[in-house]
Amino acid sequence: MAINHTKKFLKHFKKNRFLLALTLPMVIYTFIFSYTPMFGAMVAFKRYQFDKGILGSEWVGLSNFKFLFTSPDLIRIVRNTLGYNALFIISTLLASVAIALMLYELTSKKLLKAYQSIMFFPHFLSWVVVAYMAYAFLNPRSGMLNQWFANFGLDTIDWYNHTTAWVYIFPLAHLWKVIGMNAIMYYAALMGIDPTYYEAAKIDGANKWKIVTKISLPFLYPLMTILVILAIGHIFSADFGLFYQLPMNSPTIYSTTDVIDTYVFRALMQLGNIGMSSSADLTKSVLGFVLIVTTNAIVRKINPERSLF
Amino acid sequence: MRGSKLSLSRIVMHVFLIAMSILFIVPLWSILSISLSREVDIASLGYRLIPIHLDFQAYRFILQNPITIINAYKVTIIISCIGTFLSVLMISMCAYALSRSDFKYRGVITFYLFFTMLFSGGLVPYYILMTKYLHLQNTYLALILPLLGSVWYIFLMRTFFQQLPDSLVESATIDGAGEWRIYFRIILPLSTPVLATVGLLQLLNYWNAWFQALLFIDKPQMYPLQYLLQVMMNNIQEILKNMQEGVSVDAGQLAAIPSESTRMAMCILAIGPMLFIFPFFQKYFAKGLTVGSVKG
Repeated sequence: MAINHTKKFLKHFKKNRFLLALTLPMVIYTFIFSYTPMFGAMVAFKRYQFDKGILGSEWVGLSNFKFLFTSPDLIRIVRNTLGYNALFIISTLLASVAIALMLYELTSKKLLKAYQSIMFFPHFLSWVVVAYMAYAFLNPRSGMLNQWFANFGLDTIDWYNHTTAWVYIFPLAHLWKVIGMNAIMYYAALMGIDPTYYEAAKIDGANKWKIVTKISLPFLYPLMTILVILAIGHIFSADFGLFYQLPMNSPTIYSTTDVIDTYVFRALMQLGNIGMSSSADLTKSVLGFVLIVTTNAIVRKINPERSLF
Repeated sequence: MRGSKLSLSRIVMHVFLIAMSILFIVPLWSILSISLSREVDIASLGYRLIPIHLDFQAYRFILQNPITIINAYKVTIIISCIGTFLSVLMISMCAYALSRSDFKYRGVITFYLFFTMLFSGGLVPYYILMTKYLHLQNTYLALILPLLGSVWYIFLMRTFFQQLPDSLVESATIDGAGEWRIYFRIILPLSTPVLATVGLLQLLNYWNAWFQALLFIDKPQMYPLQYLLQVMMNNIQEILKNMQEGVSVDAGQLAAIPSESTRMAMCILAIGPMLFIFPFFQKYFAKGLTVGSVKG
């Protein structure tokens, strides 16, 4: 019996060996850089000592997690992560759809291309560059925002030490960077609407507002739903570049700028606190896993094309 | 949907779009303007949208002490070229294999790769792996390897390969072509759109990368462009000193170095090439989006 199985396996292997070889680099790569760290995540349950390595360090059970969950930091970083991502999802949805609808109204192809290019180029910049641009406005001494404030007789603001300001700065910066890509996606969807719908509506005497709300928007609902649900699946992950580069790592504003990912990073790189860093990261990964699987299952029910699996 | 050209709503819409465009252009313009301003003007009057005195001193300073930016460009170009090439090769090979419905191990490997999109081991084990076990600090590999295999791009390419007709492979097999020949002589030449799309995307990723340098690089000669930019923001004095290596600088001279404008000038020099490539991107991106926009 065993011999038959082995024969069969070898036969299949021989037949597929070339294709298998094609996948080998990627498989090995993924094993080293994705799966090994998954095993290494056990470090969250250990007291890591550099000279002993991950395997040699002693187990301490859940004490890292206990420390994390009783720390005031946790509430702050979870609140910021979820809060900002929620803000981002809503603002991106509203703004992108609005822009897409406007672009759809344009008659000039040249103008359309121009607007799309202008809104799309931030996608090609790194967050470091965007942080520079923000700095041109927010530099407390030379920045243009404070200059304009001073010109109008208002008090200048010490932006990089002002906690509340960032609740507005982050969504705006995020929107600035992503709206081009998102608007193009919705615009592409709008292009798929059968123009006879609009003709019929015009004949029936519908005004612009009615046309938008009764034809264009409903057509976009599926795409909107799916993108929102998929975004919710990643609500525990923050765009590290945005939250790390823009505030220039200013400690005074951590209460509104620190998210899970920046916390994990700082705990590891600046504080050397392996326990806090790894326990926070593992918690986030597990929660994220549950959320992603759930949201993808929901999306699959709606439109299997769009789900990941 | 084309309404009457001069209705109020259309005018409002156009005004809005123009205002929005300004919001997108002004930040970039500011960087340019500050980089072309005289340092003393910046110190006394702050940043301006239009420089009071147009002055190329920042650019002159960089070009007269070019070692820093040349190193940064060198590192960035090397990792971008090698990384993009290896990445497209590895990803396309794997994606093609996974697209073949007669590939016995297709399901297993697809799930194996896909699972990494659901769960991650986290930053700490990754960092320990790279530094303690692989010893990749301050190496080019540390900058190239992390971005090499993105599972997302595998699925994007796989979708494309799946759209190639099965008869292509079948007839080639009947004609006696080996798998090797089929892949290199038939499949790849037909795949230039998706190879170019992923290639350009990866090129962009490598060019803009700074996180790997943040984690693994502390030698200034190995700073890639974007990371150099980040360091310049936080520690301009250090960079300026490095630039003037070999030139003895006293405290008074250090103060005379145009730090604010140099920062912004470096930023422009870091973005520059990307803005040129950008128009090509636009063309491929629109195509690429329709190719693999959907499922994994």
